Parts: sequence; structure tokens; C-alpha cells
Amino acid sequence: MPELRFRNLTLGYERHPAVHHLDGTVATGALVAVVGPNGAGKSTLFKGIVGTLTPLAGSIERDGLDPRDIAYLPQVAEIDRSFPINVYDMVAMGLWRSRGLFGGIGRNDDRRIETAIAAVGLTGFEKRAIGTLSGGQMQRMLFARLLLQDARVIVLDEPFTAIDAKTSADLLDLVRRWHSEQRTVLAALHDVDLVKANFPQTLLLAREPVAWGATREVLTAENLLKARRMCEAFDDTAPACAVAELA
Amino acid sequence: MLSQWLIEPFGQASVRHAMAAIMALAFSGGPIGVFLMLRRMSLVGDAMAHSILPGVAIGYLAAGPNVFAMTLGGLVAGLIIALSAGAVSRATKLQEDASLAVLLLVALALGVVIVTVNGIDIERLMTFLFGETAAKMDPDKLFVIAGNATISLVALALIYRPLVLGCVDPGFLGSVSRSDGVAHLTFLALLVLNLINSFHALGTLLGVGIMIIPAGIARFWTRDISVMIVLAIAGGLVSGWAGLLFAYHEGIPSGPAVTLAAGLLYIGSVLFGRIGGLVWRAFPGRHLEA
Repeated sequence: MPELRFRNLTLGYERHPAVHHLDGTVATGALVAVVGPNGAGKSTLFKGIVGTLTPLAGSIERDGLDPRDIAYLPQVAEIDRSFPINVYDMVAMGLWRSRGLFGGIGRNDDRRIETAIAAVGLTGFEKRAIGTLSGGQMQRMLFARLLLQDARVIVLDEPFTAIDAKTSADLLDLVRRWHSEQRTVLAALHDVDLVKANFPQTLLLAREPVAWGATREVLTAENLLKARRMCEAFDDTAPACAVAELA
Repeated sequence: MLSQWLIEPFGQASVRHAMAAIMALAFSGGPIGVFLMLRRMSLVGDAMAHSILPGVAIGYLAAGPNVFAMTLGGLVAGLIIALSAGAVSRATKLQEDASLAVLLLVALALGVVIVTVNGIDIERLMTFLFGETAAKMDPDKLFVIAGNATISLVALALIYRPLVLGCVDPGFLGSVSRSDGVAHLTFLALLVLNLINSFHALGTLLGVGIMIIPAGIARFWTRDISVMIVLAIAGGLVSGWAGLLFAYHEGIPSGPAVTLAAGLLYIGSVLFGRIGGLVWRAFPGRHLEA
């Protein structure tokens, strides 16, 4: 049963496509790596899946999925680390979907938050301001928030970028756990060896989809070279895309 | 002698009203200032303050020195500017501060034209800009200020979560809730409400001081937002109290007096603040073991 279906999906900014004519499905419980150079449209695709970006053309079908069932890990670069908030409060935001704008945090929630913080190995850091965390601790904290969200679909934007081996291994364990629980996981990644070792399926993206399927067949030298050759720059004088009209 | 300096002014009802009003302003303005700072909008607050002038002037011309008319006029003018700037920047790619800069320049120019064409006297204009002289206030104004401060505090509590999350992690907020836009526009409206409120006591030009400066002070003492809000309120209370006494004894307008008092606290915090204060930087002590 497909969890997500992309139909001739084009996402982008100010009419310029960043993801161009993507077709395909993500099955329930799939573990999919999204690989591609910088500017390939990985983050854009995730913003489309999460629903913060409206498609320029085509559609994303979320079969029976409430947007609330999708948990999202933004790139660390998008977080204001100078903001005066502590680890506990940041993790507690993972309860947003059940507690909403005004709901209080009871003793039961308190236990869940502590459990999530312990699961990523940050016990003792609850009162620390997020600005004092290292890059690895920061990512651990965001994974604790994901744990609390308890979502059917989990979308991870570059979860292991600039993270040391120990932290990557710990967090990867959590990803495997989610996979074994039949949750659907999509992750944007740059480390090809890590993908080959852990992710059964891969979407190779370079604005256009280059290949999508079993990781061994997708991540060939030929495909990777093809992805690297796609240009990154927008063309301000580009004509309107004709393919959209055919679909 | 000193105790007389501190206590004697409160024998007058108008001074007591002024003090009560400044306390209300500290409570509602402090948290607004903290969020202005954390959203990197400190100067936006400053700029917005100018935009209420035409509304206040129109209210004054329509109904004389009536606090309700001037409040209404200022609110309408401020909301038009704030919400159109917010809407323009959300609908287009123009940064919010840029669209605000354009709109408030137009508003300030309009305000000066209205004031000049209608021959509002210079003394009244000075009161508009810098607040009442010598810490005086009538009960009507106090009533309006206290009411607005209450509305502001309650509304801020309602949008607190999306406001915080919208600052620290907007991508995540967008993925769990559609409340970001509403929260931001509500915040702008509350900013306007507080500016009008401060205007009644401190004038349009310096009213924003009791919001922005306490937030700047609090930043030097804590890394936690809830503590920061409490400290900002405390900073506003202390500078309001000291500033009003200063204004009373020297017979100067409240706006500059309160702002200067807050400025002194700020300088103290820059020097001695536990988080990044200059003295602690100069003499950090020996490094720790871990």
C-alpha cells in the first residue's frame, strides 16, 4: 500500500522548479534515502511532503494521512541556536500534535519527555540552553523531539551532516528502530557508503529524478556522475516548461 | 531627606496614577520587547512608534485631548501600517522591515502634515512626542492603559507557543501547525497596542523605550526565555519608578526620564551582566576542569 504518491510533481520557488516532474510512490514502512548534490531539491521535496510548500504543478497524495502524521526534522541550519530556550522545552515541542497551542503538560507527558531525552543519551542536559550544545548534541535533541511525535511518516533533512561517527551510529539505530516499527522514513543524505549499508531504497535527485529504486541499482557510478552534471543555477530567461502541459 | 525625595511625590493623586500606569506598561511592554529582540525586530518597534502619530493627531483634532479618541486613532493608524507591512512581506518577497520602513515614513510625513496644517501648538506636539511633564496623569488615561495592558498580556499568553517556536525553529512550526501567520500578525497588533499605551505616558518617540531597553537588560542575565521575560518586567518596573521620580523632581517629560533611567540599568548590565558582561569577559577567572 503506498503511503505517499507523487504525480508529475513539480516544486519550486517563483516559478523556477527545484524538483521537476517527479513520479513515484513510497510504500508504507519503506526506508528511503534521498541522495543528490546540493541544490538538487531534497529539502524542497521534503517541504512539499510536509506541506509547507505548495506544488507548482502535479500533486502529492498522502493516502489517508493527516499532515499531523508526518514528523519533520529540518536542517540544523534553519534553527536559531541563539534563542534562549532549554533542551527540555525544545524536546517537549514534539508533543505539539497532542497538546496543541494551549494544552498543558501533565506528569505522564513529563515521563515521556524524560524517556525520549534518555533514549538519545541527553539525560542531565534538560536545563541547558540549546546554544551551549555541540552539533551532535543538538541533533540528538531533535531526534528526541521526533521520538515524541510518534508519527507514521518521518522525514529527515540531512540528519547526519557534520555529525561524528558515534552520534551518527546512535541516531542510525533510532532510524532502524522506526523502520522495524513499520514507520515510513525518508532521509536526505550525502554519505553514499552509509546509504548503501543501511537504506534499501534510494531516490537519486538532481532537480529531475535521475533514478529511483533498490539502492544497489540506483547508486551506480554512472548515475552519480549524471546527477553531478546537472546544473544548479536557475535560468532567469528560461521559457515556461512545456512538459507540464502534456501531463 | 532621601526618604522624602522618594515618598513625598506620591502624596498627589496624579503622580500615583502615573506610577500605576508605568507599572502596567512595564508588565505588558516587557514581554513584547523580549520578543521584538528575539525576532530581531528591535528597530521595527522603534519605527512603528512613528506610524501612530497621524492617527493620534486625527483623534485629537476630532475630539480634543480625549484619551479614548486618541487611542482609537493611534490604534487604527498603527494597525493599518503593521498589518499591511506584514501582509505585503508575506505575500511578496520584500522583507518585512523594508516594507515597514516605507510605510512608516509615509505615515510620519502624513502625521507632521496633519499637525502643521491644523496648527496644533508646539506644547501639545511636545507632549505627543515625549509624554506628560512632571509625572502627571488623569484617571481616564490610567484606565485605558491598565485595560490595554491586561488585553496585551492575555493575548500574548494565547500566542506564546507559536511565537516562541516561530523564532527558534520556523520549519518545524510549519510542519505541525498553521498558526505561524496568525501568531505573527497578532504579535504586530499587540506591538501597536503597547505603543499606543506607552504613548499616553511617555510619548510616541520614546514610549518604545520601556519595551526595548528592559529586554536588552534581561539578555545580559539569563539564557532562558521565561526568566528573561520576568527580568524584563522587573527592569521596566525599576526604570519606570526611578524615571518618574526624576521627572517629578526635575519637572521634565516622563519619556526621556524613564528612558534615561532604563539606559543606566542597561549600561550596568553591559558591564556586569552574568551572560557576556564586559567585566566578566575581562576577568573570567581560571578555566574550569570540565
